Amino acid sequence: MLYALLIYQAEDFTEAYSESEQAEVIAAHGRMQEEAKSKGQFVGATKLMPTSSATTLRAKDESVGVIDGPFAETKEQFGGFYLLDCANLDEAMEYARQLPHAATGAIEIRPVAYGEVVTPNEATGIGTEQYETLT
Amino acid sequence: MDAVAAIVRSDSRRALATLIRILGDIDLAEESLQDAVAQALDHWPRSGTPENPVAWLITTARNKAIDRQRRRVLETRYSESQQDLAENARVGDLAEENMEEAVLDLHIQDDLLRLIFTCCHPALARPVQTALTLKTIAGLSVAEIASGFLVPVKTMEQRLIRAKRKIADAGIPYEVPRPADLPERLEAVLSVVYLIFNEGYASSGDGKLIRTDLCKEGIRLARMLVRLFRGEPEVSGLLALLLLQHSRHRARLDVEGQFVALDQQDRRLWDAGMIAEGQSLVEKALHQKRPGPYQIQAAIAALHCQALDPQKTDWPQIAELYAALERRQPSPVVTLNRAAAVSKAEGAQAGLDLLATIEDLADMRRYQYFHSVRAALLRECGRTSEAIAAFEQALLLTRNPSERNFLMVQIKALRAQDLAG
Repeated sequence: MLYALLIYQAEDFTEAYSESEQAEVIAAHGRMQEEAKSKGQFVGATKLMPTSSATTLRAKDESVGVIDGPFAETKEQFGGFYLLDCANLDEAMEYARQLPHAATGAIEIRPVAYGEVVTPNEATGIGTEQYETLT
Repeated sequence: MDAVAAIVRSDSRRALATLIRILGDIDLAEESLQDAVAQALDHWPRSGTPENPVAWLITTARNKAIDRQRRRVLETRYSESQQDLAENARVGDLAEENMEEAVLDLHIQDDLLRLIFTCCHPALARPVQTALTLKTIAGLSVAEIASGFLVPVKTMEQRLIRAKRKIADAGIPYEVPRPADLPERLEAVLSVVYLIFNEGYASSGDGKLIRTDLCKEGIRLARMLVRLFRGEPEVSGLLALLLLQHSRHRARLDVEGQFVALDQQDRRLWDAGMIAEGQSLVEKALHQKRPGPYQIQAAIAALHCQALDPQKTDWPQIAELYAALERRQPSPVVTLNRAAAVSKAEGAQAGLDLLATIEDLADMRRYQYFHSVRAALLRECGRTSEAIAAFEQALLLTRNPSERNFLMVQIKALRAQDLAG
């Protein structure tokens, strides 16, 4: 079953990381990804730019309004996600526990409804750059 | 006919866990087991009870499940994708593969164990865990569970449907957790059983104060856990605690159905058999030198049960056990209990000193028993006006009529004494 690990964290918290803290977080991601890849469970991962860069389209007076900002103003912001192929919820939880964000923010685990996932297009190269920087 | 029905009922409970594992779907397992039970009630009285009734029920239910799956596939052939068809066929194959092993070896105990961990998975909310455990492990009907927790049947039905959907959709496994997670997950299972018992021991609803049916289910589940986790001292500790608490149930209510305090109870009404079993369980558990909160609480209950006369209660040892419990599981309620025991062992002032360490906590200021314990100790120290104020505070927080009545009597007596003095 495919699981999405949705990572939530207060942006002002992550922006205040020292260099060594930043390195620790990246290292934790590296270890987790290495394990998932070696077991053939890694499907994809994406980190989003901060919500200051977000634009939201939303229904407004029977038309579509454009809002400068994220979907919701919340204490923690959605910052990125993993897609992993796990046998069950316990296995997905085990991967989530390896990331520091469960302790400093939150990680929501959601099964993916459809088995189809977009991966980098080898012919056109679209998506390859993002895929590589993140993986 | 009734004898057959009884066999079918108890055997079908044992068959369910295995069916859920084979079929990987609680709903499908329950439905097909119902079909098999109906067939058993029809066939067994005429053709005799099969040699291995549980295996018969599992095999029959498995076949019914495959029929159901085939029907579902036929019904949805034109509306569902090819992929779903393939998946439905796979369920049938899997069931076929696992079937022989299941019936041959009858790993029923293992299956029950897996299912308990599924029902008490941390991804499910606590009330859902308790309801699911009562439904799939204890085999209670939805109506019985609903009345146990005093919610409408419809609400309980919805709760169970949502729970089963969450298990299927989120992929909560039917597995015993890995050894690293086992202590934490076992603790969740134990607290679900304790919660089921406690809901019966001191019912939170407006109806009966003690619900013996829930107490008995809690004890039955704890007994099963002891069989499954042979030698795990906290599991034995839990069963011991439940038996010792329940041993007093006939003395805990008066003729009007109101609670009787421990020191006022007619101790001849206590169940000696349950006490003996509880005591021997907790002694054996403590011998393993791996104490935990349930063993300690059971040891405290055992000391209370040992005293045939409340005056003979071993308060110093009870106070010590509460101190041990407090170190492991710090909570103001434990401190409050320790203070009460310390006051019996060392005098009221020692108890009041302990209470002073928790009196600023909001939880305690709202807790009626904090005020009534404190009031009794103040009275013992001759601080009458403070005692009256504390009893009045307790009265403000108490809804139970017999407890209100008790508090009002205390206040009245103290006022009379105050005027006279």
